[in-house]
Amino acid sequence: MSQPTIVVVGNGMVGYKFCEKLVSRSNQFNIIVFGEEPRIAYDRVHLSEYFNGKSADDLSLSSSSWYADNGISLHLDDPIQEINRIDKTVHSLKGATINYDYLVLATGSSPFVPNIEGIEKNGVFVYRTIEDLDLIRDYAVNAKVGAVMGGGLLGLEAAKALIDLGIKETHVIEFAPRLMPRQIDSAGSAMLQSKLKQFGLSIHLNKSTSEITGSDKIEALKFNDDTLLPVDMLVISAGIRPRDELAKLAGLQTSSRGGIVVNEKMQTSDEHIFAIGECALYNSMIYGLVAPGYEMADIVVTHLTGGDKSFYGYDMSTKLKLIGVDVASFGDAFITEPDCRTIVFEDTHKGIYKRINISNNGKYLLGGILVGEAEAYNILLQTVNNKILLPPNPEDLILGSRGGEASEGAGVMNLPDDALICSCEAVSKLAICSAVNEGASGIDDIKKCTKAGTGCGGCVPLVKDLIAGTMKANGQYVKNVICEHFDYSRQELFDMVKINKLKNYDLVLDHFGKGDGCEVCKPAVASILSSLWNDVIVKQDTIQDSNDRYLANIQKGGTYSVVPRIPGGEITPDKLIVIGQVAKKYGLYTKITGGQRIDMFGAHVNDLPAIWEELINAGFESGHAYGKSLRTVKSCVGSTWCRYGLHDSVSFAIEIEERYKGVRSPHKLKGGVSGCVRECAEAQAKDFGIIATEKGWNLYVCGNGGSKPQHAQLLATDIDSATCIKYLDRFLMFYIKTADPLTRTATWLNKMDGGIAYLKNVIINNSLDINEQLEEEMQHLVNTYHCEWKEVVENNELRKRFVHFVNAPEEKNPAIKFEPMREQVKAKW
Amino acid sequence: METTIDIEWVLACYTDDVPSNGGACVKHGNEQIAIYNFTRRGEWFATQNLCPHKQQMVLSRGMIGSEGDSCEPKVACPFHKKTFSLLSGECLSGDELQIKTYPVQVLDGKVYIGII
Repeated sequence: MSQPTIVVVGNGMVGYKFCEKLVSRSNQFNIIVFGEEPRIAYDRVHLSEYFNGKSADDLSLSSSSWYADNGISLHLDDPIQEINRIDKTVHSLKGATINYDYLVLATGSSPFVPNIEGIEKNGVFVYRTIEDLDLIRDYAVNAKVGAVMGGGLLGLEAAKALIDLGIKETHVIEFAPRLMPRQIDSAGSAMLQSKLKQFGLSIHLNKSTSEITGSDKIEALKFNDDTLLPVDMLVISAGIRPRDELAKLAGLQTSSRGGIVVNEKMQTSDEHIFAIGECALYNSMIYGLVAPGYEMADIVVTHLTGGDKSFYGYDMSTKLKLIGVDVASFGDAFITEPDCRTIVFEDTHKGIYKRINISNNGKYLLGGILVGEAEAYNILLQTVNNKILLPPNPEDLILGSRGGEASEGAGVMNLPDDALICSCEAVSKLAICSAVNEGASGIDDIKKCTKAGTGCGGCVPLVKDLIAGTMKANGQYVKNVICEHFDYSRQELFDMVKINKLKNYDLVLDHFGKGDGCEVCKPAVASILSSLWNDVIVKQDTIQDSNDRYLANIQKGGTYSVVPRIPGGEITPDKLIVIGQVAKKYGLYTKITGGQRIDMFGAHVNDLPAIWEELINAGFESGHAYGKSLRTVKSCVGSTWCRYGLHDSVSFAIEIEERYKGVRSPHKLKGGVSGCVRECAEAQAKDFGIIATEKGWNLYVCGNGGSKPQHAQLLATDIDSATCIKYLDRFLMFYIKTADPLTRTATWLNKMDGGIAYLKNVIINNSLDINEQLEEEMQHLVNTYHCEWKEVVENNELRKRFVHFVNAPEEKNPAIKFEPMREQVKAKW
Repeated sequence: METTIDIEWVLACYTDDVPSNGGACVKHGNEQIAIYNFTRRGEWFATQNLCPHKQQMVLSRGMIGSEGDSCEPKVACPFHKKTFSLLSGECLSGDELQIKTYPVQVLDGKVYIGII
């Protein structure tokens, strides 16, 4: 008996997925594919990447040999024109006539083009295929103003494409009163709108276009309110229409509003003909996303290979990044009170809008909308789909836990086994965890053996968490290695270097590494060596980052800046005069830093030793502004002058800065001391912050400013100065020994199991029984302090390294130029 | 077909001018050339001193190391850690950048660069 023939009409993403699934499960079929487009199936979801560097080949879902390798006969550029259901044959444009046993219609959809006067003019495009994109790209070369008709998901993608093409002014015209009306509500739309404006998009809502004017090419859009918008080109993205014309012609049941009617097995009104993807109408609904299309393909494959599976609708939750803005919508996003209760968080400053809808009894999450920040999307979607009981404060889901003990929340490992993690490829939590148990150890492994994360990629963070969680549950150590040369975490290497008393980089590399090292492991090992032995770092200058190598901060143009230590921000008039004199003599630009000291910019590398010689003679020391080490301990003026001050914050800040100066750490360290609760020293934004109370000091740890500001957390209350220093010794040394390279204390704490409660237990209750050792180690660093610049200034061999040209040591770098600015200079480059 | 290229060998500096496993900059006319003393491999390399990413004269101050199974020698620009092969001058960190490399010879404690 010959093999049954399956003809697939359409070679889009869903048609391809059908073939892929079928050949992986059976070789009993003769498969013939007809496609209208001239190229093999490609990734339409990421179409806009075609304009920022991806080629048509990059977007292809397979190679051209894939079809032949799998015995599939492929007819490109040859659409089926007619189906004869009585003879069970199809006829193609190029004249092929094929008998089929089963026919699969995966004809997809076409862009809906509204019937507006002038729509046929040049410069009006649709956005669906690579050919459309080529036309848009060619036309955009001469266009200055572009518009997109339609503010839905695809319309905004198209607008991004216009921006990427260099269109100076891009407009989005939406008929509805909000953007992405299918995904987000009015408040979410307003937030999205204000974010998109920042990227240069002009958005027009409630606008209906009545005419496209111009001679033969588009010149302007005319709206119902008689206003006019001059544009050079227009991309129409006003929705999709299912391609059902072939089915209609063959007498299959279709809907008057478009779509081939199918049952739960994806069968059309002819049992030998199936329809899948965007052309299929199930339960009066078209599913315009790729994931449900893949699911439909799976159902037909299951049916043809003798299995039993049905389609019961599909979750249309979606998360995407639109022009740099995260937008997500999940579950029942639009349900409103009284059918549910809603919790809304809105931050117009950062452009974040979050809404969750919870059941009236407060137990379940029903759906929600995220705009501006959608990190929680995956876990929220899982919470909806798996009917996970909500925590007592459901607002924590969108706000994070605020204060108190860390909330248990809905961690990934608490999800049920059948939780759908990757909806594009229908991969469950169980499948991912099983793959890890069978030896898969990274996201690439998981992608290979389960296909999870290979579709839209949105689930990748969740998959990573599952990998780590499963490995940890198995007692496997999740390794966080330094780089390709060292197969150890920083903490492991720290202990190994210590036990083996290794004092230089080459020895460490010989003992524990491979290859010749790199710019990642060299400074990491340098930091470890320094934190252990506190030797003069310039003795091993070539393993240091450039700033540490020259003990100064490299700036634009290649000059360096000079920062002497000014402990606690306290400085005498005489020392101020010296700084002024030195800056004047060497032509340096001066500025007060954020850490209450004075930075001198624009020094030639050749001048650094002489500059420092003068500073050191006046009593200054290195400020370590160049190092991953203690920078400053900022202080307010405190009780000596301030009428509110409770204690002498300046004296305490100086004492602490003097104690920890020069201590090298995984990342820079900043401290602060405030003399009262008004907190003028902003101590809670520092790695350690001390705030005076009536009874003593409150000690806060692990805060930082920077790009991701985080408040420090309270470690101890009402302690005296000696206890404060003891806790600081332990805290800092514990951080130095256990943090990953270039990890600030805040991130270190965020990653720590048990968080601040655990840290308190270590530092205050000595739960690890290491406090005595930590204090000793810190005392060693304090005792071995040296001013790094003093070492250089007094050593002629070291001084000689501060030249630009080794073969012309007197000459300065001629590439460095300055220009005047507000009575000082700035680098010209 | 064989072609011969005339290489002019220029005395650039002395071996002890360049720190072990690090770089130094030499002046050749109006050019700045970075020389690397890769002690660990017993090799010397030379490249342009200008990092093409942000046009900074700094490559000689970058850290050197190796990458991958083939241990490709490389230098990392101190500004933004763009890395370049010391053999081909190709950017190894994914940018479309290229730097010039020069042949190096060491004789009697003197370092010579080959200028083509």
